[in-house]
Amino acid sequence: MNDRVGGSPRRVGGYGRVTGEQEYVADIAAPDALHVKLVTLDCARARIVSIDTTDAERIPGVKFVMTPAYLPTPIPRFGPQFEDRPILAVGETRYHGEPVAAVAAETKDAAESAARLVKVEYEALPAVVTLAAALVDGAPLVQGPEVRPGDPLSTTNVLREHRVGWGEPEALEADKADLVIENVYDFPMVTQFAIEPHAFMAAPDGDGIVVWSTIQHPNWLQRVLSRILGLPLSKVRVLSPDPGGAFGGKQHAKYEPLVAMMALRAGRPVRLVLTLEETFQAVRRAAATIRVRTGFHSDGTFVFQDIAADYLIGAYADIADRVVGKGSYPGCGSYRVPAARILARSVLSHTTPSTAFRGFGAPQVNWAVESNIDAGAVALGIDPLELRLRNLARRGDPFIPFDTPADGDWEQAARRAAELIGWGTPLMPGRGRGIAFGIKSGPTTGLSYSTVRLLADGSVVVYAGTSDMGQGARTVLAQIAADELGAPLEWVTVVMGDTAVVPYDQQTSASRSTVLMGNSVLHACREIQARLQSMAARLYGVEESTIVVERGIVRVADLEVPIPDVLVRGLGRLGGELIGIGEMRKEADPEHPLGGSAAFFEFNCTAIEAEVDRETGDIAVIRHVTVSDVGKALNPLQVRMQDDGAAIMGLGHTLMEHYIYDDAGRIRNLGAIDYRIPTSMDLPLELVSDMIENEDGPGPYGSKGMSEGALIPVAAAVAAAVRDATGVVIRDLPLTPERVWAALRDRP
Amino acid sequence: MNDDVQRLPISVTVNGDERVLEVAVHHTLLDVLRDDLALTGSKECCLVGECGACTVILDGRTVDACLVLAVEADGTSLTTIEGLASEGRLSPLQAAFLDHGGVQCGFCIPGQVVSAHALLQDNPHPTRADVDEGIAGNLCRCGCYEQITEAILRTAEASGR
Ligand code: FES
Ligand code: FES
Repeated sequence: MNDRVGGSPRRVGGYGRVTGEQEYVADIAAPDALHVKLVTLDCARARIVSIDTTDAERIPGVKFVMTPAYLPTPIPRFGPQFEDRPILAVGETRYHGEPVAAVAAETKDAAESAARLVKVEYEALPAVVTLAAALVDGAPLVQGPEVRPGDPLSTTNVLREHRVGWGEPEALEADKADLVIENVYDFPMVTQFAIEPHAFMAAPDGDGIVVWSTIQHPNWLQRVLSRILGLPLSKVRVLSPDPGGAFGGKQHAKYEPLVAMMALRAGRPVRLVLTLEETFQAVRRAAATIRVRTGFHSDGTFVFQDIAADYLIGAYADIADRVVGKGSYPGCGSYRVPAARILARSVLSHTTPSTAFRGFGAPQVNWAVESNIDAGAVALGIDPLELRLRNLARRGDPFIPFDTPADGDWEQAARRAAELIGWGTPLMPGRGRGIAFGIKSGPTTGLSYSTVRLLADGSVVVYAGTSDMGQGARTVLAQIAADELGAPLEWVTVVMGDTAVVPYDQQTSASRSTVLMGNSVLHACREIQARLQSMAARLYGVEESTIVVERGIVRVADLEVPIPDVLVRGLGRLGGELIGIGEMRKEADPEHPLGGSAAFFEFNCTAIEAEVDRETGDIAVIRHVTVSDVGKALNPLQVRMQDDGAAIMGLGHTLMEHYIYDDAGRIRNLGAIDYRIPTSMDLPLELVSDMIENEDGPGPYGSKGMSEGALIPVAAAVAAAVRDATGVVIRDLPLTPERVWAALRDRP
Repeated sequence: MNDDVQRLPISVTVNGDERVLEVAVHHTLLDVLRDDLALTGSKECCLVGECGACTVILDGRTVDACLVLAVEADGTSLTTIEGLASEGRLSPLQAAFLDHGGVQCGFCIPGQVVSAHALLQDNPHPTRADVDEGIAGNLCRCGCYEQITEAILRTAEASGR
């Protein structure tokens, strides 16, 4: 199997994953750890009158019950955008599952029994769980105005508004277009459902603290804890073993500050492993209602896009408002649109704080806009693929006027998908085809350091702060180092997930790691290559400039010397090693609406063939084609796995997934029995992934980020296939059998 | 500690070794594997028998260890993920998972491998549909299903001869 860049060797870290040896946070042995259980209420919003821990503390084995009374006042708050989330609810709970107290006990059993015995006297208050309820005049405020002093919106549930647009305002008037299509679309609340529930552990560590977490962003967590605990960064060590799936839900701090405070109070380790139900209550994707007005010329080219998207975020902002701003920003899609107006609002509610989730706000608007484009194509009698191609941005087009121009040959991906689905060929009766394009802005800023050590025997250690949560960063970074330094892949170790050892990395998100950390590791390897070049010059007595070091080889005149040979002789008797430091920055641009332009775009075209059962409303996906523009696949098998995974996850919110809330703001379908995600029985009959490689990305060897794109256009492509098969148009997700059946029944 | 908790002695053969231990009557087999025997390869996710992350083989049949009380396992023979590789060598099935890209984050994988192992024991020559059905109780949010199916079919083929 080919280990080099461009090959698909066995996953680095794969052995532990198939043998059960891989240690996730919940697997770490800590015999002296106290077990933590959260105390929560049976409603979303309540005024807390009192908390009585007497009975709970009588349970044998219970050490203490943490309540706000034991926390500093004012209670520390945190959050990546706004510091609005308290360590424990103070005065009022704001979502179903928000902890009001937490028990620490010697055993899980004792902690669980005691948590049930903590007596919380409370008064349930009306909760706001829908956009309509949150936006109505006089709606209860989720966050009091004191949380955001000086903000004119702070007397409403609108946390922030994001406006982007270009072209003249008059260009959006209806009479400028031959056809205007206007519709409202709904996207449901769904949850990440990583198979690994979130888990945390903390322990005092000399004059500092060590915290284990399933977190994606260990360095970010380190900053949060350092501020809250008043400790220098050097005294806060975050250990983040490879997460068991994350999908954005593990980006930011959740209960780590609580667990850290409890460890300091206990003077010994404490651990909190969430149940799946608690994880559902901790993270989700924002629901959205999106109104789209699209103006078309009669030839199908766009006149304008006018988009108003309300995202229902949760009780605390987490990163949700950034999701709204960044996700809605490329809302017009991958097209040339002469005039655009996008208004996106983040609307607070008494629900689980929504956060990052694969696609980062793009799937919601994409669902609406691509579906509206399909409606326009039908109304104009133009083939939906043809209409899209007429508008598609070509390489170099400044399709979002103040951002990175189109950075790929996207038409190629679209044509490949069309070919693979058999676009335009005859269909069996009862079947239909749909197609949609998706786009996502890559990271707008970034900073990734890395260290690479070439050891005396030619083996390599890479230190990279990326989290490998399944996307395979460990493998790709190892491939780069192996290739550049001429080591076999098994001789490369990648150290991640320890802030005391690994240099700073901003975060693992926005499909950035191959590009940003990949380049950082590449730079570190190049530094080592430069040292090898001087070594070789010395050893062979030639000018440095005549020596070339590349991809594992030192070229001295027409001699090709393997790197380890030069290394061993060059290091001499004392041995030692060569150390390279990598740094990759994506600078911010304060003038840009997102604070920086896109490092790259993820483009994907998804094409679906589906059959609809008219009796039951069941949709069978016959063929699902997904084609991403990836620049260069450093590991093609991993690219395919990420695209397949994103496609299947997209089918989840398209066909089956959604939270159901009751009036008290409780999630009614908590857990795996009532919230279904795709299993091996829910797959398309055929799932075909392909990729376009033009080596035109900013990452190593021309790679681009990927792994979210294939999720984005799934819903619109499936709905278009249903429309093609039945003539019925559905604008609410998920496309459950009941919904499809009802739409067929009510068809005019 | 919780001394009022009732405990009972049980004896189970785990991956070929007989283990005699006292277990709390309300603890599941998964609790005992993970907490008492430190066999953490079987994972905890849904705890209601829906995800398959805790799949083990009990007297030849796959069960969700989160649904079985430890006392019910008294006198049985168990195979867990820890029992499938021998002396650091992957079983052909485990190797196939890696070669065909059946593993991403890995959290569901012990359960998948155990289910697949049991499937091939019962049915050495499964069809694609048999495999899809055989692993239907094992959720994979990373979406490795196609690759897992491939790995299982290839393993069956290779051992078919
Ligand atoms: S944890 Fe046992 S089936 Fe999910
Ligand atoms: S590999 Fe991540 S859940 Fe299956």
